[in-house]
Amino acid sequence: MQRGRLELAVGVFVVLGILSMGYLALKLGKLELVGGGYYDIHAEFSSASGLKPGAPVEIAGVQVGRVKTIGLNDSQASVTLALQSGIEIYSDAIASIKSRGIIGEKFMELSPGGSGDLLRTGDTILDTEAGIDLEQVISQFIHGNVE
Amino acid sequence: MKVLIYIGSSTLSLLEEIGRMFLFLLQAIAWIFRPPFRPARILNQLYFIGFKTTFVVTLTAIFTGMVLALQGYYSLRKFGAEGLLGSAVALGMIRELGPVLGSLMVTARSGSAMTAEIGIMRITEQIDAMETMAVNPIQYLIAPKIVAGVMAVPLLVAIFDIVGIFGGYLVGVKLLGVSSGSFWSSIESEVGWSDVYGGFLKSISFGLIVTWVCCYKGFYTEMSAEGLGKATTQGVVLSSVLILVWDYFLTSVLL
Repeated sequence: MQRGRLELAVGVFVVLGILSMGYLALKLGKLELVGGGYYDIHAEFSSASGLKPGAPVEIAGVQVGRVKTIGLNDSQASVTLALQSGIEIYSDAIASIKSRGIIGEKFMELSPGGSGDLLRTGDTILDTEAGIDLEQVISQFIHGNVE
Repeated sequence: MKVLIYIGSSTLSLLEEIGRMFLFLLQAIAWIFRPPFRPARILNQLYFIGFKTTFVVTLTAIFTGMVLALQGYYSLRKFGAEGLLGSAVALGMIRELGPVLGSLMVTARSGSAMTAEIGIMRITEQIDAMETMAVNPIQYLIAPKIVAGVMAVPLLVAIFDIVGIFGGYLVGVKLLGVSSGSFWSSIESEVGWSDVYGGFLKSISFGLIVTWVCCYKGFYTEMSAEGLGKATTQGVVLSSVLILVWDYFLTSVLL
């Protein structure tokens, strides 16, 4: 086999492989080489059960960011959200954890609010709603405590 | 008494074999970093292990993805969760099937050829001739194969993953009517960096296992045609088994 053809074939293979690898890592693996374009907002919940880092954050059903970290702070779940810069939310914003369908994934719904100060990096959303615990609702229903 | 002797001798020979395999690996790795480097030989091996395996890997991948989508669809439909099909296919591909099936195809296609090639060189005394000419056969024959294997297998596995997910897309979206939006968005939301990273780690180690075991079996083949046949079979079987066993260990550590 001619040397030129050999080099061409190996070149094609390596480029193809590296492209696939890059697609997997950057697009699917969400490996962020360039930060920026996002800012962080905190929110504290009584329970973040089922919410995972990387879960989408939505306003009116449109994805505007992701859940970055989930930690514990004074027996409250402290969640950090990475929101796209350009999305404006105010100090009366409400963050709630919702789920898609019964076995669907959990995500965060924001209603951005409209009055008060504009929230900046590191600020905290005060008004939060934890997700509905389906088992609790069903047990309340069964035991007849539904108001 | 005879039974005891038999058990003792087979244990000893097993230990010797394992020891020889690891010494072989250490030697090969040591020779990789010692000049003269032979990039042209690595290029040749990349062509052989990588480029020539691409077709068969693509073929395997597309059918694996398609059948995974088919099976996943029928299981998920019972829960009304067809929307998760994309992530089921992608996670299965990236975490397990890509690395394992990809490396098994490399074993079947390139590993067997490696054992046969090196074994023939041993039997026809070309390896002894090399030593006479002060060319270290491990450096000249084995090291480029191991380097090329460790480089080529992760690339092949990445191609396998992408093609497999595309195959799943074809069956899931085009044939079974899952919405294309939920297919891709479930992939994007469920697949994380740790999945991709784990898959790469697996494929790199599988690349090492395949080239190591197959080269070893060829290098120490018995000096007969029959022995070479046996060595080739052993090389393929042992590296396939090692891939599956090592896969279990890596998965349990990575999870």
